[in-house]
Amino acid sequence: MLNKNSKAASVSFDNVSKVYGHPSTGVRAVDNVSINIEAGTLVTLLGPSGCGKTTTLRMIAGLEMPTNGTVMIGDRDVTHLPATDRDVSMVFQSYALFPHMSVLENVSYGLKFSGFKKSEIHDRAIAGLNLVGLEGYGDRLPSELSGGQQQRVAVARALVLEPQVLLFDEPLSNLDAKLRRQVREEIREIQQNLGLTVVYVTHDQEEALAVSDRIIVMNNAVIAQDGTPRDLYDAPANRFVADFIGEANIVDCQVFAVEDDVAQVELHGYKLTLPARDSQPGPSLLGVRPNRIIVGEPGATNALAGEIVRVTYVGNHLELTIQTAAGNLFATSDDVDAALETGTQISVTFAKNAPVLLKE
Amino acid sequence: MQAIAETKTGSAHPTLVLWLIVGWAGFFIFPWYGVEDSVFTFGWLFEGYPFDEDVAPGFFHGVSGNKGWLLPHLAFLVGPLFALKRTRSDPLHAKILIIFGALGFGWLIAQGFSIGIRGWNFAWMESLFGPLGDRQFGMGTGAMLVASAFLFILTQGIAARGAINGDIFVVGAIGFVITIVTAFVFYPILNMLTSAFITQDNAYSIGVFFEKFTDRRLWGLGCLQGGRCGAAWNSLVLAIVVGLVTTVLGLAFALVVTRTGFRFKRGLRALTVLPIITPPFVIGLAIILLFGLSGNVTRFVADIFGIAPTRWVYGMPGVLIAQVLAFTPIAFLVLIGVVEGVSPSMEEAAQTLRANRWETFRTVSLPLMRPGLANAFLLGFIESMADFGNPLVLGGNFDVLSTEIFFAIVGAQYDQGRAAVLALVLLGFTLGAFWAQRFWLGKKSYTTMTGKGDSGVHPLLPKGLAIPVYAVVGIWTLFTITIYTMIVYGSFVELWGVKNTLTFKHYVTAFSIDFTQEGVRKYTGSAWDSFTTTIQIAAISAPLTAAVGLVTAYLLTRQNFAGKNSFEFGTMLSFAIPGTVIGVSYILAFNVPPIEITGTGVILVISFIFRNMPVGVRAGIASMSQLDKSLDESSLTLGANSWQTFLNVILPLLKPAILAALVYSFVRAMTAISAVIFLVSAEYNMATSYIIGRVENNDYGLAIAYSTSLIVVMLMAVGLLQLLVGRTNIGRRLSQSSPRN
Repeated sequence: MLNKNSKAASVSFDNVSKVYGHPSTGVRAVDNVSINIEAGTLVTLLGPSGCGKTTTLRMIAGLEMPTNGTVMIGDRDVTHLPATDRDVSMVFQSYALFPHMSVLENVSYGLKFSGFKKSEIHDRAIAGLNLVGLEGYGDRLPSELSGGQQQRVAVARALVLEPQVLLFDEPLSNLDAKLRRQVREEIREIQQNLGLTVVYVTHDQEEALAVSDRIIVMNNAVIAQDGTPRDLYDAPANRFVADFIGEANIVDCQVFAVEDDVAQVELHGYKLTLPARDSQPGPSLLGVRPNRIIVGEPGATNALAGEIVRVTYVGNHLELTIQTAAGNLFATSDDVDAALETGTQISVTFAKNAPVLLKE
Repeated sequence: MQAIAETKTGSAHPTLVLWLIVGWAGFFIFPWYGVEDSVFTFGWLFEGYPFDEDVAPGFFHGVSGNKGWLLPHLAFLVGPLFALKRTRSDPLHAKILIIFGALGFGWLIAQGFSIGIRGWNFAWMESLFGPLGDRQFGMGTGAMLVASAFLFILTQGIAARGAINGDIFVVGAIGFVITIVTAFVFYPILNMLTSAFITQDNAYSIGVFFEKFTDRRLWGLGCLQGGRCGAAWNSLVLAIVVGLVTTVLGLAFALVVTRTGFRFKRGLRALTVLPIITPPFVIGLAIILLFGLSGNVTRFVADIFGIAPTRWVYGMPGVLIAQVLAFTPIAFLVLIGVVEGVSPSMEEAAQTLRANRWETFRTVSLPLMRPGLANAFLLGFIESMADFGNPLVLGGNFDVLSTEIFFAIVGAQYDQGRAAVLALVLLGFTLGAFWAQRFWLGKKSYTTMTGKGDSGVHPLLPKGLAIPVYAVVGIWTLFTITIYTMIVYGSFVELWGVKNTLTFKHYVTAFSIDFTQEGVRKYTGSAWDSFTTTIQIAAISAPLTAAVGLVTAYLLTRQNFAGKNSFEFGTMLSFAIPGTVIGVSYILAFNVPPIEITGTGVILVISFIFRNMPVGVRAGIASMSQLDKSLDESSLTLGANSWQTFLNVILPLLKPAILAALVYSFVRAMTAISAVIFLVSAEYNMATSYIIGRVENNDYGLAIAYSTSLIVVMLMAVGLLQLLVGRTNIGRRLSQSSPRN
């Protein structure tokens, strides 16, 4: 019954802003954002709370109206269209299941307003429940289901409408950790099998990396970076993204030459050749992941001299804090048998292509 | 689905078509002016319809040539037809609807106010347009349908322009509530305001206002030298004392229930039901039975101590006692929520910081109860100001504003202007009290409920406080029980103090039923008329009150729109206006066209709706704010529009609130007196005003018997509510909270 969705549509934002209160003095929840989400992909809006990601999602749903700009779904301008008239459905953080209706009634709810015949409503609702693995639960009340089951009902309720775009607002935040991994894989699987366009909001970077085709990182009402999970992790655009996605050491460095997109960088005597990424000669920032820091014998050439100030054993790896001229670095080492103790003098180098130049 | 989505935004406008049909039907089919019987008996069809003056629809009035001013409505009804072909997103669609809706509505109102039963209502119009050959009466069904059609055409135009996300239902509901609140709250009050400035010969004058305003009967201070004081001072002092005493007593009760080991807490809670089901003057009657010239206590004291019986209870003491008895449960009702709401962990924190129980109570608990205390005082103050029954029964020479207003209207002096001035003073006092409350509470935050479970326990009252609190509560409870026993007992006594034999006489006089041989019942009791009218009016107004209240609550909690604060103020205003003021302003405003409903049942229903609506609104807001907004939103994203959402999601989840609003407005309509006393007519007499009439004739037995019957009826209504609410509550409403935690 639920076939590959031929209706999945793209979503695009063109210079969209949302201001609460007075247009010039009010709070800018979303500031001049442009996004393009291709049909059939799962795109995540990621960011800390208050960054504007939920407002962006609600503008796609039609629950908030933009103050400026244009919102398109497919080829249609929906900027001023209310939620009712958009072909979009949404899974809420609280699931928002209607407590006075049975599971089947909940799933049928949207179909009732879509002009289907009674029998077809029933068939589609049953098919939707089967899809999320809830056969036979139709007569229960939402209060009689576990959290994970309620979550699936909410997904089924949104899915059966075969919307052009399916929205998820932090759908996993009310589930426990183990269930979270399972449900997110199910969501991803359904999305890929049905070819849905999904926009997904979360503040959990691991979840975002796991499910997305593309991640849009938002901070302070604007887009901080937009790219594939690997882009964001390996080549964060700025200090915020580097810090927000995974852990990163961010240190001050000096760029002394840029040529053919290759920058010569110096970090307290440690010389590196890195992709320039539009940086100019002068002071800059360097980001490096903890697992890409290599600990060597003291006195090595072209390296940073350091001293281990803290060692923590966490089972499958060691966590090290290393004091260097560039500041304290946080590193992990898989070699749990290494003789590293507090006070050991060492040298520090970075794995090839590991460090990236960052904008502020 | 694509196709469906398109029709939704396409050129089909089912709602618009509906209202156009209503408008056309109103103009061409239904009688434009009010007809004598109900429209639904269709008697008007046989009285020379459609050409007879009394029953003709607006169109026939217009073309017959006499009332040419009705014809422009036709043009405003034709105009919107041009919008039908256009899509909603077409700016011209919205423009056409707004222009014709606004013009039509404006014209209808303008002609209604300009031309009355004596032709032009305003002299300058007569001089401008020349004398008018014809006149018109109060608007009827036809005019009302056309008016609503114009209103909703206008709101659809506004919605089409994108207001409130283009939501027709919400914009329409806002427009509707604003219109009816304007028509039935603001208009009568403003109208009354102006009539305070009208002289005997219908001219406006500030002098006449000041003359009446500075009257010695209003502001005199003679009582300081042993004479009589003005009604304004009397009312003010009485209201302040009643407010203070009821607040203190209410607090004592609340403390006993929440902070002592008292065993009969449920019994005390039951007291909160009393003020809702007790007709307002019943307490006054019972006090006469106890302390009047032939009252039990009076005679007892006279026999024992040989003190000659006096009439001391008639006047301020009696009114004060009656009001304190009547309104303390209201203060209790307000304060128990607040006293329970003070977070125990704050009190526990104070105790761990080395405050003893008394210091904790004085420095933490009591200050946190401040908003509740202010609210309780305010309610006591307003109730006392507006109270009409007790001063009438017990006042003697102690004049208060509410009774003075009544006598200015119905008394021999018949002085509308004076009534209006008195009503304004009364309104000034209550609004002043509102303002003072806000000022006192200021901007401090008193929020103590965090939403998270608070596992602490309220500390017990300090000993020094517990003993006097127990004493006060004990005495009061004893007194209340005595009073209510007296009421029941009194209804069976032949003639109080004179002939103390027990009898069913009063019940028989009031409620006798004769069975004739054929088995036909005849309701021969003297109270049946007013009793059935009361039940009918209460039954009609209760669902309407609940509906208006809940829709308003929905708009206030779920929608954002410009001017929402003044919208809220407007809907809550009628709560601050004493019933007496509403009553006076209604008869002043609605016994002349365009809205001419004095003496009908309609005016009673309308007055109840607007008197009791604030309670429905509050109940609705309280329960709607417990429903997560994501429920509405998910319904909207699933393709339901806001009306369908309201119907399918919000209403089913609000069953308890709906029932509460229904029963409350039903019961209030049965016990109301202050506004009703002005609005009843021979045909539509209400139970309370009938009882007042019996009291004025010193027929206490019948009055008390009737009141007792009312109390029983209302107890049954409240009991039914408890039963119904209890049943709908099972497990369902709470389920929303489980997935969130």
